[in-house]
Amino acid sequence: MIQLESADRFLAQMSDSVADGERIRRCLQCGSCSGVCPFGFAMEYPPQAMIASLRAGELSPLLDSDSVWLCISCYACTNVCPSKIPLTVGLLSGVKTEKLMKGSVPEELQAALTSARRYGNTLGESPRKRADWMKDLNVEVPLLAKEKKPVDVLWYVGDYPSYHPRVQQVTRAMAKVFHALGVSFGILGPEEQSDGDVFHLAGERGLFELLAGKNAKTFQKYEFKEIVTTDPHAYNTLKHEYPKLGYSFPVRHYTQYLHDHLDKLKSLMTHPIEAQVTYHDPCALGRANDNHIYDEPREILQAIPGVELVEMGHNRTTSICCGGGGGGMWLDGFAWEKAGARTSEWRVLEAVHAGAKVLAVACPYETPRFDDAVKSTNHSGDLVVKDIAELLSEAITG
Amino acid sequence: MSDVWVNVETLRGEITEISYTMLAAGRVLADGLEGSLTAVLLGSGAKDLSGKLGAADKVAYVDHAALADFNPEAHLKALTALAKSGAPRVILFGQTAMGTDLAYGVAMANGFSMASSCRTFKVEGGEPLFEAVTCGGKLIADGKMPGPTSVATVMPGGYKPESAMVDKTPGVEEVSVDADLGTLRTKVRGYIEPDTSDVDISKIPVLVSVGRGIGQEDNIGIAKELAAALKGEISSSRPVVDQGWLPTSRLVGKSGKSVKPKLYLALGISGAPEHMEGVPDWETMIAVNTDENAPIFDVATYGATVDIMDLIPALTEKVKAATGG
Amino acid sequence: MDIVVPIKFVPDLVEELEIDEGTGQLDRTFLRLVPNELDDHALEEALLLKEKHGGTITVVAIDSGDVDETLFTAVAKGADKVIKITGEGYEEGLSSHACVELLAKALGDLSYDVILTGTQAVDDVDGSVGGLLAAKLDLPYVGYVTKAVSEGGKLVVTKEYPGGLLAEVETDLPAVVGIQAAEQAPRYVVTSLVMDAMNNATIDETEGGEATATGAAEITAMRAPEKGEAAEMIAGDAGAVAEKLVQIMKEKGILS
Repeated sequence: MIQLESADRFLAQMSDSVADGERIRRCLQCGSCSGVCPFGFAMEYPPQAMIASLRAGELSPLLDSDSVWLCISCYACTNVCPSKIPLTVGLLSGVKTEKLMKGSVPEELQAALTSARRYGNTLGESPRKRADWMKDLNVEVPLLAKEKKPVDVLWYVGDYPSYHPRVQQVTRAMAKVFHALGVSFGILGPEEQSDGDVFHLAGERGLFELLAGKNAKTFQKYEFKEIVTTDPHAYNTLKHEYPKLGYSFPVRHYTQYLHDHLDKLKSLMTHPIEAQVTYHDPCALGRANDNHIYDEPREILQAIPGVELVEMGHNRTTSICCGGGGGGMWLDGFAWEKAGARTSEWRVLEAVHAGAKVLAVACPYETPRFDDAVKSTNHSGDLVVKDIAELLSEAITG
Repeated sequence: MSDVWVNVETLRGEITEISYTMLAAGRVLADGLEGSLTAVLLGSGAKDLSGKLGAADKVAYVDHAALADFNPEAHLKALTALAKSGAPRVILFGQTAMGTDLAYGVAMANGFSMASSCRTFKVEGGEPLFEAVTCGGKLIADGKMPGPTSVATVMPGGYKPESAMVDKTPGVEEVSVDADLGTLRTKVRGYIEPDTSDVDISKIPVLVSVGRGIGQEDNIGIAKELAAALKGEISSSRPVVDQGWLPTSRLVGKSGKSVKPKLYLALGISGAPEHMEGVPDWETMIAVNTDENAPIFDVATYGATVDIMDLIPALTEKVKAATGG
Repeated sequence: MDIVVPIKFVPDLVEELEIDEGTGQLDRTFLRLVPNELDDHALEEALLLKEKHGGTITVVAIDSGDVDETLFTAVAKGADKVIKITGEGYEEGLSSHACVELLAKALGDLSYDVILTGTQAVDDVDGSVGGLLAAKLDLPYVGYVTKAVSEGGKLVVTKEYPGGLLAEVETDLPAVVGIQAAEQAPRYVVTSLVMDAMNNATIDETEGGEATATGAAEITAMRAPEKGEAAEMIAGDAGAVAEKLVQIMKEKGILS
């Protein structure tokens, strides 16, 4: 892969290597992308301006600017583009790749990338500790390497759910729900590597491919009917990107899986949660790759006794990203400095405005990001953030 | 041979604190070996500094124009020659910018055994032994110092330098060395003064010190708020300064300031030796780090393993409430 | 300016460090070895010098079992030549003296202007490679350096002293310099470029033979530090810890 020197080569590369990439040449310059982009107002080159520059034959201004790092890969632009240009995966990631090739990357993101390459997770933790979250858990979580028998579900856990203290709570709740349902499952534990979705979106395609290869090799060692994941980014990449590398595995997000078992869940949930709950649609489950998984999570929430579901102003396809995707998790300081705003804070305010007491989420970046946003917007006590898995676990065991 | 030499370090005409730590260490070794302790002083017109080296039995002073500033090559040549003309049982150097430019060279050139990052010494059965700190402070190495001569570099912390700051005038012997100090490949051009426009953290009683765990530049502001609420100042370990998030004037540690505060709040700092060198004494140290095995918990007064990004705002709020500030 | 950067592989402190009860030495079974952080800085400083003054960079590593990726990464960053010193038993761990013996042999026929290496490594117990190597090769050595520039055929380095004081030291070449920190953080190199290097570049191998060097003091045992008067740990979440800390601070007269 050569470092692209020119705008022409960028456009040609995008046309060749990204599905429907050649549509970039049919940009109408309507500006819908820049308008819907949560950080479009703060970018020197929002998507529309990037394309204008490229069509004028100029790539270097885009590389001299660092405002592309404000992009959180939320797919809002891709979703709204009338020419159906794959903006997020083709244009934005492409420019990010060019920046990375020049060695220009904000330090925190660099640390996450370096850590993922060395340890298979973005948190700089030892891979040997990847399953430590299950210590002191009162239910058993089978490790496939030890069990050596076929399971129905290979539960792909993910980086943050394995290591981050707040998200470990969600993981433990999920384990309890699986148990209550009597699911035959197992996890990879220390063998699991980062799924790679966010690296692909952040422009580090090579790192994504390296990790995907490792994961695929590990999956192939075991017998299972499907992969179920608590991480929408893992869902997104396992479903759409891994097959492009030749690694095809049936995969569902846990809300899709649990939706199949809704009747049984209902019978188990004997502890009502009396609250107005609003659901935040994760980008990777919604707009990304037209996944559009909107109903299953809602039906699960509505099945919890006592829950009254309310909708925020932006929902489903218009949901506002939590800000964690595509590397955003490690660019928060950068974004704060440049834009003075956090999408997670907007979202929390929307939730409060909708009259919700509980903000229900289904993605591991969301729990810590929204927790922080609740504090920074001074709504501690007004709003509480819970993953759907946590709500289910509470409704089952009390 | 049972004598001990200490390579006294001087910087801009002042004897460095590590020299006294080494004299204290040297005394333990010399007494155990039943030999004498010599402070080796190199300089130009610096003989009077010997008056501060009373903790030694005698001072060997080498005077030469080339030794006026710390010139690694000149000092190394002089010491190597000195050792060749009659080496002791143990030679101590500081684990410092000056000591490490010399120790390894002296050991290699003379075929002496080498032990580095040593903190304490003892003598058992006539044999000198060392205890060294390694792997970021996570491991201790115990070892022997094989003769005829062993070289060791000494970290601060094993002995109190004050114990070697005595009011006694030792005997001074001016020694000449058989070394060509006139032809040198290295030259000291000059010094760059530290920026004194910022506050001197070594004079601040309350320090909120942040390490790698602070995560990103944006979080420095939150830590500064806490420091302000406590009427103190922010300081840091090396990674924060290397990233450019705080100026060097705020660095606590080997190449930064040495502090002895009333309260040292170590946030997201692991406690590696290079940093801990900068905190030789404190009244209360509170360490917060999500790694329960961080070496800092071995020395701090109080500790917690909560996330500092949760703790800092909570603590700032409560401090403000308690002080009405 | 032709630069050599020796890289030492050291235990990764992210992993638990365990002592083998039988030998009293570091248990290397599950040890992860990573390039010494300060050697990464040395490579970065070398790259900066090359960008300014041209010349070549040769990176040398002793084969402790898994050094290829680091060497290919160096190529992807801009190193011109990478050398791996192979031999029996290197993965058992080598003293700095042994490393220096092997490096001196490998560098024997090479011509270079300066050797840049980290001023120390986390597992040094018998001194650091830079200072020892300089003495072995009879070259001038300056350590604790945070900046190096070429001027009139000499190298001018900035040496760090305590308290933020710096000194400018000039040295004839060839010389050995111990890097404390590069002028900028070690750069990132995308995985695809590292993969390119893996597919297209070659690692030169040289036989190191047995490392017989003596000179290291003898380690009799390794152990975890004594907990002794360890910290009084405060339990609870951030809020509870904050409460308790305020209480402690009041008792100590910190809060007025």
